[in-house]
Amino acid sequence: MRSAFLIMALLLSSQAYAATPSALLKQYELQAKQENAAFAGFSAAKGERFFHAERLHSDGKKVSCATCHTADPRNPGKTRASKVIDAMAVNVNPQRLSDEAKVEKWFGRNCKDVLERHCTAQEKGDFISYLLSIK
Amino acid sequence: MKKWLQFLVVMTSITATSALLASGGFSDNGARQMPAVANAKWKAECSGCHMLYHPGLLPERSWHKMMAGLDKHFGENASLDQATRDEIAKFLALNSADKQDNRRSNRINQSIPAATTPLRISETRYFTSKHDEIAASTFKRKSIGSAANCAACHQAAEKGDFSESQIKIPR
Repeated sequence: MRSAFLIMALLLSSQAYAATPSALLKQYELQAKQENAAFAGFSAAKGERFFHAERLHSDGKKVSCATCHTADPRNPGKTRASKVIDAMAVNVNPQRLSDEAKVEKWFGRNCKDVLERHCTAQEKGDFISYLLSIK
Repeated sequence: MKKWLQFLVVMTSITATSALLASGGFSDNGARQMPAVANAKWKAECSGCHMLYHPGLLPERSWHKMMAGLDKHFGENASLDQATRDEIAKFLALNSADKQDNRRSNRINQSIPAATTPLRISETRYFTSKHDEIAASTFKRKSIGSAANCAACHQAAEKGDFSESQIKIPR
């Protein structure tokens, strides 16, 4: 019995860093409501447009998320340094959206690289909804 | 029989001396290839976007400069939290080209003028002289990408092994 508790405790602590996509969405929803009182939910369609939206970077090049991740998130992408990026769609790659720290790290880096600013919680939630909607 | 032995001793010493001269007079006590090194954070963080570069490929001052400018890392934001950054910086410094005693690291280090702090391995004189027979168009092949992608041709690059026998240039 005691060892069962111990195992439970271990399991719970190892899950501390992990997340589920729905838990992530909940968190971004809370943040989005703080950022915008008129928050009206997340939209996979808006997330899809966000993913493909091309903009002119201050370095003179056109960029979008799809530049490295390819136009289809089910496909593996490629970094500018030629390293393969695993597919983004959760259906194809179940490891996606399972680690909160990792999700925040890459939003943090890539939003700055592509948009040259932080992403809003609305944008993050929309994008996650889009990734989850891909079959 | 004795004469034969004398001949052997002379030949051996000539070979040893010329080997020493060929290595630039530097005493290469270490191996030809870079030693295996390991740090979990280095491995995880420094291979997210590019191949894993062995610390023995650049001197300490280069790694120091690199790790101080991660927010603008070759045009990309590669910032890390302070603790992770510090741990990796320490690991890189400890195993850098000027702290190693293997032939490759020694030669890379010797090819860099003391007054410069290169961030790109491909800009060192050692690299350019080693790759002078490779056309710029070869580096640009889709299967390679750029000179930064060592592992495209050097099959064991991530282990720090750049030996000739491990090279396979993709079409």
